[in-house]
Amino acid sequence: MAFAGRRDAPEAPDFGILKRLARDQLIYLLEQLPGKKDLFIEADLMSPLDRIANVSILKQHEVDKLYKVESRPAPSSSDQFCFLVRPRIRTMRYIADIVNADKMSGRSRKYKIIFSPQKFYACEMVLEEEGVFGDVTCDEWSFYLLPLDEDIISMELPEFFRDYFLEGDHRWINSIARALQLLNSLYGPFGKVYGIGRCAKMSYELWRDLEEESEGDSQGRKPEIGNIFLMDRDTDYVTALCSQVVYEGLVDDTFRIKCGSVDFGPDVTSSDKSIKVLLNAQDKVFSQIRNEHFSSVFGFLSQKSRNLQAQYDRRRGMDIKQMKNFVSQELKGLKQEHRLLSLHIGACESIMKKKTKQDFQEMIKAEHSLLEGFDIRESTSFIEEHIDRQVSPTESLRLMCLLSLTENGLVPKDYRSLKTQYLQSYGPEHLLTFHNLKRMGLLTEQSAGETLTAVESKVSKLVTDRAAGKITDAFNSLARKSNFRAISKKLGLIPRVDGEYDLKMPRDMAYVFSGAYVPLSCKIIEQVRPPIGVPPPCVSPCAPASFQGVRWGPSPRAGAPAGPEPELLPRPPGAGAPGLAGPGGGGAAAQRQRVLSLRVQVHLPDHGHHQQRPHDGGHHRGQGVRPGRGPQTPRQ
Amino acid sequence: MSRARGDEEEYWHSSKFRAFTFDDEDDELSQLKESKRAVNSLRDIVDDDDDDLERVSWSGEPVGSISWSIKETSSSSTSSLEGRDSSLQKGSSSYAAFPKQVSSYSLSSLFKGRNKLPSFQSLSDALSDTGVKNYAPELRRPKAEYKDYSSDWSPKDTVRRMQRGKICSLERFRSLQDKLVLLDEAVAGHDGNVITAVLIFLKRTLRREILFRELEVRQVALCHLIHFLKETGEQKLLLDLLRFLDRTEEVALSQYREHLNIQDVEKRREFLKGCIGLPFSAEDTSHIQDHYTLLERQIIIEANDRHLESAGQSEIFRKYPRKASILNMPLVTTLFYSCFYHYTEAEGTFSSPTNLKKTFKIPDKQYVLTALAARAKLRAWDDVDALFTTKNWLGYTKKKAPIGFHRVVEILQRNNAPVQVLQEYVRLVEDVETRLNLATKYKCHDVVIETYRDLKDRIQLTAYKCKVERGSADEEKINSILNNMQIRWKN
Repeated sequence: MAFAGRRDAPEAPDFGILKRLARDQLIYLLEQLPGKKDLFIEADLMSPLDRIANVSILKQHEVDKLYKVESRPAPSSSDQFCFLVRPRIRTMRYIADIVNADKMSGRSRKYKIIFSPQKFYACEMVLEEEGVFGDVTCDEWSFYLLPLDEDIISMELPEFFRDYFLEGDHRWINSIARALQLLNSLYGPFGKVYGIGRCAKMSYELWRDLEEESEGDSQGRKPEIGNIFLMDRDTDYVTALCSQVVYEGLVDDTFRIKCGSVDFGPDVTSSDKSIKVLLNAQDKVFSQIRNEHFSSVFGFLSQKSRNLQAQYDRRRGMDIKQMKNFVSQELKGLKQEHRLLSLHIGACESIMKKKTKQDFQEMIKAEHSLLEGFDIRESTSFIEEHIDRQVSPTESLRLMCLLSLTENGLVPKDYRSLKTQYLQSYGPEHLLTFHNLKRMGLLTEQSAGETLTAVESKVSKLVTDRAAGKITDAFNSLARKSNFRAISKKLGLIPRVDGEYDLKMPRDMAYVFSGAYVPLSCKIIEQVRPPIGVPPPCVSPCAPASFQGVRWGPSPRAGAPAGPEPELLPRPPGAGAPGLAGPGGGGAAAQRQRVLSLRVQVHLPDHGHHQQRPHDGGHHRGQGVRPGRGPQTPRQ
Repeated sequence: MSRARGDEEEYWHSSKFRAFTFDDEDDELSQLKESKRAVNSLRDIVDDDDDDLERVSWSGEPVGSISWSIKETSSSSTSSLEGRDSSLQKGSSSYAAFPKQVSSYSLSSLFKGRNKLPSFQSLSDALSDTGVKNYAPELRRPKAEYKDYSSDWSPKDTVRRMQRGKICSLERFRSLQDKLVLLDEAVAGHDGNVITAVLIFLKRTLRREILFRELEVRQVALCHLIHFLKETGEQKLLLDLLRFLDRTEEVALSQYREHLNIQDVEKRREFLKGCIGLPFSAEDTSHIQDHYTLLERQIIIEANDRHLESAGQSEIFRKYPRKASILNMPLVTTLFYSCFYHYTEAEGTFSSPTNLKKTFKIPDKQYVLTALAARAKLRAWDDVDALFTTKNWLGYTKKKAPIGFHRVVEILQRNNAPVQVLQEYVRLVEDVETRLNLATKYKCHDVVIETYRDLKDRIQLTAYKCKVERGSADEEKINSILNNMQIRWKN
């Protein structure tokens, strides 16, 4: 779909291979434990597993019963237990308890732990300590990448954000490096690799290290992936903290898109049951509205339903033969479309209801003022009232973080008063949440003479290493007072529009935030790859000069310095051909902006989980940090 | 970066962001409604069979999906087990207690279980493989890996091998020097898993003071150890480490965090009491103090109210039974609760709202919002009225609120306040446009009419006539205003 709107676009690589590989490996691992067995699955592996296998595949490989890994003892009578888990200490203890209980009661079983995507030494240490090392066998299921859609692949590592950005633990970097290795071996060799941030740099280095060792035979193969951009989330928290107003983003806000699918409750389905719906390019209705501003969606849906009506009306006056044709050929498609239409209309209604009930309008206004740096006082008191009224705790935190990032920390007086009121409204244990957010630099207090927060100095340090060009300048200016202001000015992240911002035919990516902000991460990519309509730079031996500051060099095999870089990205048909109309007609801008469309997400943390345990600092959700925010960021 | 005031206003009036609004866009919503009707009208043609619909179980998971069948097992596991047993031993209930497996074991398989020597195993035994340990996964690993134990890998190679998930013995790194080189190599390798593995080894083989000292100058490794200790729950060692590093605030927070694991409220209260003395910042100390005081109060209120409720003498508890206990709730929730059940109590009692307000220095704004929500829920409109009425020194009354009156209206409306009550507060909304919007939305005709009159807007007022009932007092009012010759209409 991402490519479908462009006639000159290359075929999307077949990411189905990733699923098949993962499935085959899982089957292989299951067969290592021949005979009937019960399978215990970690809760947050269930949705990803659902995307690549189903019960009948598991049954074919002699899985008898399925259980969720949870704290109560298993009531099973099977002789073999297989655990499909994340490498987590508490899961190890859970398994060890089961094994030890069996030992106590003289029950003999076989146990196998399959770690996804890899096992950690600390897990084995726990097994050893609990005295069950040797009673269990361990294996790794290298399920690094899950294609969620034709142009999104996710690593589905819910802990990544917390582990790396809060705890400073580097344990997932190896997984990222291996995922890169996998992508490179299947679809590479990559043209160039660009990156911003420490984690990006380390992942790149570890990946190069792995590659060196395993000289593959990708030489001479036609690469299907052009360039790779690695970006640390902390270079662009703001994007993740703003409210999106495109359809997909609102669906996520309202219903939570998890692992590419969503549960529509009874209020959407207008029946008494909920339906789980896959939201991807296969959904012909969704794929046309997902990137549209919410206001354009109604018009589209009503047009669509009128068309549908007309199609059905054609039945009248058909003779028997035509009717037979109609029933056998068209009816199924029409029914399918009917089903999708009524679901998305239902979803729109639900969203409208929810958003009008909250003061969404006011919230958007407050966000926009923060981004522009106006009326800070007013926005602060809006946030205060939001807290006092005990409206959603995450929303309150999200707004506070946005205030902190755009203003370079809160004025001490505000910080204290907002914090106090927050603790009073949502519970005193959130003291821990505030501490965690402060440590990550998401919610800080201005102190006299302070010019850099932790995050910002991290960014600028890395980038200034090899300073050159526009972006580097922008990052350098981070060192000055209001860093967000400086960088957004430098890169034009806040569009200046005379008159009304045209949301239906937007001129830039800012439409995802009602024209208030262009996502930094996307802007950076745009700087490197100019959008269609702008003549591309001639194929140069090195990356556009403006970006060298953050470039670590080409991957050796692809880039003998003089060789033309592999070009995956479509060339514009002519310099003056902006906005090739997409199938929906209205989505030209969105189509245009989706030139670079494959996105690999490192983490898609699970909110529900975090919200339950806010004191764990899980509150970054939304925060874009917000996990499920994955699909929300515009899909450039 | 600030613009002149005028600029700002112009900016917001330039309607850049009003291109789309979520409220009051009647036509958009009606468009949506219309499409819904259209689609629904097709339902009877289409809905006959659900062949395109995914089959979904009652819990909403598609039938056949893994999440679905896990729910099935967990809900039916016990019953299915019983079912199977009883079907196996139909009629002979005395056997029902035997687990099913017993019957499926042959005598030889029982024997095989004891026979540990592989050489005695027949081929068919190895293949059928029921009770014996399965060696297959180990056999799959190339023998070469086991060489590691004997060979001398350099620190760098050791780290590299570990990064690739190969087994490596660390035992030969015995001198402090060697250990530190190994650690530094692990850090340079960027793989946190390996860094932690090396730290586990160092933790086991070094005295803690020495380990701490070396980690102090190795921040990345230090983070890993702290995270590891948090995860494995080695609280004591963690606190020692943090104390060694002089991170007193983290020591305090880390101890305070433990209260989350204490379920018993009395014990939790005691624990929190102990937390007050921890080395928090001055600001946080007062939060902890408040946390303790709050829980202490809640325990008293809870005991009291549970008694009141079960005695059944208090009308409010009979009419509105409590849905949950107040224990461990946030302060604002507690305040709401006390405004709901204990509004009229004297300040002296622990459960009275005024007492809570004083003890926790709750700001006016927060107090008014909460009290308003609670009294509106009870439809105690007089209390609502009293909340905003102030008397000045001359004895005149006046309505005042620390929050915008539009907010008051919103809360009242959500609690289905009658128009008479609503109207009074809509009238107090300062911003004319908001006032008109709210008044129109909630059908406070009086306010709309008066506002248009004050605006001298004849056209709007005339247009509004069709929104009021025919022959009603409102219509009369409009007519009389329109006929009033003294008003100088602007249009």
